[in-house]
Amino acid sequence: MLDLNLHIRRGNFSLRFALKSSARVIALNGASGAGKTSLLHALAGVVKPHAGFLRWNSTTWFDAEQHIHVAPHRRRIGYVFQDARLFPHLSVAANLDFGARYVAAGENRFERAALIEMLALEPLLGRRIGYLSGGERQRVAIARALMTQPQLLLLDEPLSSIDRSHTAELLPYLRTLRDDLALPMIYVSHDPDEVSRVAEEIVQLPFGGTGSAL
Amino acid sequence: MLGLNEAEWAAVGLSLRVAAVATACSLPLAIAVAALLARGRFPGRSLFDALIHLPLVMPPVVTGYLLLLLFGRRGLIGEWLYEQFGLVFAFRWTGAALAAAVMAFPLMVRAIRLSFENEDARLRAAAATLGAPPWAVFVRVSLPLAWPGIVAGGVLAFAKALGEFGATITFVSSIPGETQTLALSIYNQMQVPGGEQRLWPMVLLAATLSLLALLLSEWLVRRQPRRDTG
Repeated sequence: MLDLNLHIRRGNFSLRFALKSSARVIALNGASGAGKTSLLHALAGVVKPHAGFLRWNSTTWFDAEQHIHVAPHRRRIGYVFQDARLFPHLSVAANLDFGARYVAAGENRFERAALIEMLALEPLLGRRIGYLSGGERQRVAIARALMTQPQLLLLDEPLSSIDRSHTAELLPYLRTLRDDLALPMIYVSHDPDEVSRVAEEIVQLPFGGTGSAL
Repeated sequence: MLGLNEAEWAAVGLSLRVAAVATACSLPLAIAVAALLARGRFPGRSLFDALIHLPLVMPPVVTGYLLLLLFGRRGLIGEWLYEQFGLVFAFRWTGAALAAAVMAFPLMVRAIRLSFENEDARLRAAAATLGAPPWAVFVRVSLPLAWPGIVAGGVLAFAKALGEFGATITFVSSIPGETQTLALSIYNQMQVPGGEQRLWPMVLLAATLSLLALLLSEWLVRRQPRRDTG
């Protein structure tokens, strides 16, 4: 259950956004500049909103009035960035294992071996990041996020950094993610077609980013 | 060897030791200061920045004199250090290392700070979402990515420390075998009537060591990974 009412300000950009949803897979749709990524940043705690609140199930991640802002590393949110953001000084395997040491004992819903199999990462493990294709990077980023045993997964335009002719290669993995993991997900995309293929609930973000989505 | 006599080789050895100790001891502090200047927003930041750079522009003799006032046997800090730890800087090679460290510090901080400023903030955010607390992000992401800059800063500081003259001679004088480094030894030789013939080997050695250090430092900076996030 996601319940939020946020006012995000960054320079001249201002976004007011309210949403209450129990859907497991929520898609945020909207043109570029509508503030989709800003909203994900606020969810993950990377950006602190100007005002409002943000609750996930019984946890409050942000509440301006109560001065609550849970740091990103304490939220247990998996974030697959649009640009993957793999660590260039580490191998694929080391990227996967980066968050492992911060996972509480007994949390092992997503096992390393199973993730490697699901996302077909075995042949990539020893490689350096510079030698991966766009689709490979996204798969590594997805596995790396899931390795932290998140309670919520954020996917920011996972297909956008990939060559159009190669998007078909990643789509099956995204479907597996949606159907087999039973993990709450928020999927951001500017492409209505892509969104309708993954999401249960679609939230349209207004262009320009002022006004409410509800 | 190389036309240097035993005393001159001792000066070369002393220079290397002084420069190595100065670099090694100030590196952790330089990393902390560089990180603070690159990321920190705090009142008095500009003044702090200026103070760090002061030894770069102040007459070295002034730096040396201030060191003498602070770290001399009866100095503000020197007296306390001697009583607490039996540590003496004045007229010892450790004092030469301290003077070299202070003089080289701004150069070291500048090189390291540049690396931190060029670092990709997006990677830090990614590390945080993977569960890493801020200090772990620094140790596991920022430091390794800044590593070439840190090494370059260290090499540059080592080269600077190797040739330090003004602050050293003011603070610890020029005592053969204790504080007479290569640079001081060259100066000393110049004061000897007719001693100039003996200068060349030392001059060439000093110039070569400095040049090598500069080339190495440049090479390391250029090897710095660009912002090619995956």
